[in-house]
Amino acid sequence: MSQYVLRRLLIAIPSLLGISLVLFVVLALAPGDPFSELATNPNVPPEVALALRAKFGLDDPIYLRYLHWLNAMLHGDWGFSFVSRMNVDTLILQRLPTTLYVIGSAQILALLIAIPVGVYAATKPYSLFDQVANTLAFVGFSLPTFFTGILFILIFSVTLDWLPFVYTTDIKGTGIHWVLEMIRQAIMPVAVLGLFQAASMTRFVRSAMLDVIRLDYVTTARAKGIGQRRVIIKHVMRNAMIPVVTLIALQIPAVFGGAIVTEQIFRIPGIGSLLISSILSNDTPVVMAVTFVFACLVVLFNLIADVLYGWLDPRISLR
Amino acid sequence: MAPLLEIKGLKTHFSTDDGILQAVDGVDISINRGETLCVVGESGCGKTVTAMSILKLIAMPPGRIAAGEIIFEGRDLVPLTSSQLDEIRAKEIGFIFQEPMTSLNPVLTIGEQIAESLRRHENVTRKQALERTIEMLKLVQIPNAEGRVHNYPHQFSGGMRQRVMIAMALACKPKLIIADEPTTALDVTIQAQILDLLQDMKERFGMAVMLITHAMGVVAETAQRVVVMYAGKVVEEASVDELFGNPGHPYTQGLIRSIPRIDLDSEHKVRLEAIGGSVPILINPPVGCRFAPRCRHAMSVCTEREPLLREIAPGHRMACHLGDTQLGGTA
Repeated sequence: MSQYVLRRLLIAIPSLLGISLVLFVVLALAPGDPFSELATNPNVPPEVALALRAKFGLDDPIYLRYLHWLNAMLHGDWGFSFVSRMNVDTLILQRLPTTLYVIGSAQILALLIAIPVGVYAATKPYSLFDQVANTLAFVGFSLPTFFTGILFILIFSVTLDWLPFVYTTDIKGTGIHWVLEMIRQAIMPVAVLGLFQAASMTRFVRSAMLDVIRLDYVTTARAKGIGQRRVIIKHVMRNAMIPVVTLIALQIPAVFGGAIVTEQIFRIPGIGSLLISSILSNDTPVVMAVTFVFACLVVLFNLIADVLYGWLDPRISLR
Repeated sequence: MAPLLEIKGLKTHFSTDDGILQAVDGVDISINRGETLCVVGESGCGKTVTAMSILKLIAMPPGRIAAGEIIFEGRDLVPLTSSQLDEIRAKEIGFIFQEPMTSLNPVLTIGEQIAESLRRHENVTRKQALERTIEMLKLVQIPNAEGRVHNYPHQFSGGMRQRVMIAMALACKPKLIIADEPTTALDVTIQAQILDLLQDMKERFGMAVMLITHAMGVVAETAQRVVVMYAGKVVEEASVDELFGNPGHPYTQGLIRSIPRIDLDSEHKVRLEAIGGSVPILINPPVGCRFAPRCRHAMSVCTEREPLLREIAPGHRMACHLGDTQLGGTA
């Protein structure tokens, strides 16, 4: 098992290198860089601007710039944000926890809804419960988050005034009050993102369960008289979770994409809104770093999925 | 003495888009203690559904036991709920399935899967269950049982998996074993080994065995009594000697003629016979005898009236109009 994990870890290194190269080239090809505004600023003499460009190596050939970036990155230097006037790593570390908190809670909410609902629906296919769950799931994944987000704000913030619609990191108060306020302001974004995820995941859990439930070994288990509950949990669910893990891992990039939109709607000062604002202000080092962090997170979740496979399915880890 | 298991007038129906499929249509079968009963017939004649109905292992819905009684040790199993049946499953009646390759859960070790029924039905600790499991594996002749108990199904061959299935079915020492074509998926040399093992276990534990098969050769070797099924009905029932010596029903005769023979010398060699046609689909079956369209002795009465099971010799029952003196037919 540890050998299996190690192998997966080693495979992640070339993937990350490849991703960073593609990102770097795409960003280099995009028009504009942090100094293009300098050129239009009449207060900066052209020779100063040129000297600055030369100093930061902005006009070097692309492969030199990439190697330069990679070298700095490996030494822990993520670059400098010209817009925020601070180091990129500090900036990201400020923003990342908020994003992980919101996305993580949303994923947990999605799993907490999708697994029990999907499993129960599959044990009673075409029952009333199943029909209602299916209908709600269809509605859920047909509505994009930017629509439900605004709808939620309209209902719970504007009309009912129960929840705040602007997410803030500097909550006044300490102790339990601070915790409660953190939870309160996260309810809407987590619900919007989580319910959207839960909808498609429920459908998937249900069909994965139905695929397994009619297999021969489930009949074998039933013939042992161990009870319906145990048959479902021990024999059906564990096998059905294998494709579900795949789906969740494949959905992670989409989740981050969705988070960018959700962060914009609820003004969450997370890494997604940082990405949007740095793109708008041509802050290339930040764009590069944030997209790379996203890539790392996606690779990390795939790694977790691979480890989970090995745990769920002995045929994989023993090979 | 009352039989161990008595199936009376069992009807198992499946609802399909095209109508009600009468997979089992009024079957009577009884099994005595310690006896081996073979149920034979072509694929699709309702053998497996009959067996699965006993412990309600058919998918419900769409399946449904429409009528009949299944009396096991004086108790009717049909009205019992699934959780009430759990007390009988594995404990009183063990099941061996046809496909050893797919009948074991790929993500659990075979030890876990065998110990599971022990832990459920007998008051044993985890350690005792493991010991009993190893003991069972030794009994079914799995080499290095202590080490193999922690292996997963994909680490075993088909024949070894079927041994594991047998160990699993026998773990709680049930009074009846239902083996649904236990050797069909295995190659010929392994088939004989598995049948021998089953026979050996039966004698050791004094169980009754209901062996479902479509191979007449298996029947001749193992059974005391035989039930021949066709299209959801029992068409003939007799002791094994009587059935092979004096087969009454044209279908049984056809099945026996379809056994390859190596005991005839080249001068007497006969071409292997097949029964033409195939088992009818049992949605709205026609009146009369269901075998009539494929029967070489079919008479006009066969398509008009359904033949009922009648005794033609002591312990030999048959459902055919042939030789029925009241009808004046001749065999």
